[in-house]
Amino acid sequence: MIQADLTIILPEILLSVFAMLALLFGVYTTKDKVAPLLTWVTAAVFALLAAWIGLSGEGNNVAFNGMFHDDAFARFAKVTILLSAAAVLLMSQEYMERRGLLRFEYPILVSLSVVGMMMMVSAGDLMALYMGLELQSLALYVIASLRRDSLKSTEAGLKYFILGALSSGLLLYGASLVYGYAGTTLFSGIIAAAGSGDMSLGLLFGLVFVISGLAFKISAVPFHMWTPDVYEGSPTPVTAFFATAPKMAAMALFARVLHDAFGGATADWQQILALLALLSMFLGSIAAIGQRNIKRLMAFSSIAHMGYALMGLAAGTVFGVQAMLVYMAIYVTMNVGTFAFILSMEKDGQPVTDIAALNMYAKREPGRALAMLILLFSLAGVPPLVGFFGKFYVLRAAYDAGLAWLAIAGVIASVIGAFYYLRIVYYMYFGDEGEELDGGKSPVLWVMLMASAGAMLFGVVNLFGIEGAAAAAAATLVN
Amino acid sequence: MIGLEHYLTVAAALFVIGIFGLFLNRKNVIILLMSIELILLSVNINLVAFSSFLGDLVGQVFTLFVLTVAAAEAAIGLAILVCFFRNRGTIAVEDVNVMKG
Repeated sequence: MIQADLTIILPEILLSVFAMLALLFGVYTTKDKVAPLLTWVTAAVFALLAAWIGLSGEGNNVAFNGMFHDDAFARFAKVTILLSAAAVLLMSQEYMERRGLLRFEYPILVSLSVVGMMMMVSAGDLMALYMGLELQSLALYVIASLRRDSLKSTEAGLKYFILGALSSGLLLYGASLVYGYAGTTLFSGIIAAAGSGDMSLGLLFGLVFVISGLAFKISAVPFHMWTPDVYEGSPTPVTAFFATAPKMAAMALFARVLHDAFGGATADWQQILALLALLSMFLGSIAAIGQRNIKRLMAFSSIAHMGYALMGLAAGTVFGVQAMLVYMAIYVTMNVGTFAFILSMEKDGQPVTDIAALNMYAKREPGRALAMLILLFSLAGVPPLVGFFGKFYVLRAAYDAGLAWLAIAGVIASVIGAFYYLRIVYYMYFGDEGEELDGGKSPVLWVMLMASAGAMLFGVVNLFGIEGAAAAAAATLVN
Repeated sequence: MIGLEHYLTVAAALFVIGIFGLFLNRKNVIILLMSIELILLSVNINLVAFSSFLGDLVGQVFTLFVLTVAAAEAAIGLAILVCFFRNRGTIAVEDVNVMKG
């Protein structure tokens, strides 16, 4: 019995054991000198686990009496999380080492937060949900303030901590109400209590609190205020991490709670999600226009993208969940490439984040500028690129579910949002002559940037097959 | 007779006090940490009250998890606060403003 359960959570166990061994190794050896090695090993472990989960996992396995689900949905999210975390670790290594930031704790904290994310996407119980979420968040608070001697970084950590703890509190209060009025913390029990006719008022209150707590984690408007500051203050590789894996995990958790626990009450949460999506899309698109700092700009960009992903969820259908998964996978790929570019922006060895520094970048670095152009067009959703198909999917899901007004609003917001992406392109190709950035030297960043841009270009053929995988994943979640 | 609703009322009151403490407090980051603790404890009262009312142990198990996580969270929060204090020289809430958000 316990044997079978342990086999199902073997990937999580292995990763936790790896993190603890790495901690012992780091403490007992030469400390920070092993950090580059540890970073590469951690990335390799992530990639191996992703390959293992993606290739060998099959069926719908439930462990610990329904507390832990290993189904196609969880596997899709886990593979995305692991691969993006591995990519971000590889990109961070050289950048952080040159600035003396690469402590051996960094890869370990990233592994622990990835364990938390894997728990989140597999959670089948409010307790498993909470523990996974906290394991992820606590590790993230620490790496946000990784640069201990920088005021900005510690302030980012402090703000992230306070607002993250508040969101956990909201989520937990909701969880306690759900437990009280459903009589159980298991999602399978909650769906039975919530689906039978009218939902009780207590359960509805619980649902609203849980949704607001989760909306904090994915930084949906009106719970977004921490995002720009945390993105700006954290070291850039950490920002890259924040913008990819945790977003995928929180979004997958959101989908799991809504469908596994409250799947019978779609009408009750559909309007809340549609409103969150609408506000996020517009605020993300409009507020980014005034930003000169590319990290803040990416923060608002991620808020807008979360709005689109929420639109897929708001549809409340199988196709909606599929659209959300496809959208998130595309979003994560685009962000890895964009942050590879941002990490290579430096002048005299110092990182530069002002977008005006990109003036006439294309003249000196035509290859990189072209790759960034493709990524920015894709982020804006310009038709021939993969980013457009992501948007198209969620818009169609919303339209099919009878939310035509939301789909139309999404199109308008994406047109507004295109302005700030295209302005960066304008700076790169037609800007004034200004001070020159250093030429990028890191081969890893170059490979990531080119691979991501290539994926945006060549993915239009068949989206690399993620469409089918997402459809299978969505089908196991929604029933 | 003290029933479930009394416990829920106390918990709701504590929760609201905690939220207000977070948003209205203009003095000190330590008070923010205390407000967060208050929110988590109100949740614990809720969970234990429901657990006893339903005759189901799960709520009390949940409470133990929440207590553990709250301790870890307080440790990390204070550690970050100490780092912030070293750089800024103050922990007044209005001075947490290097970045405008």
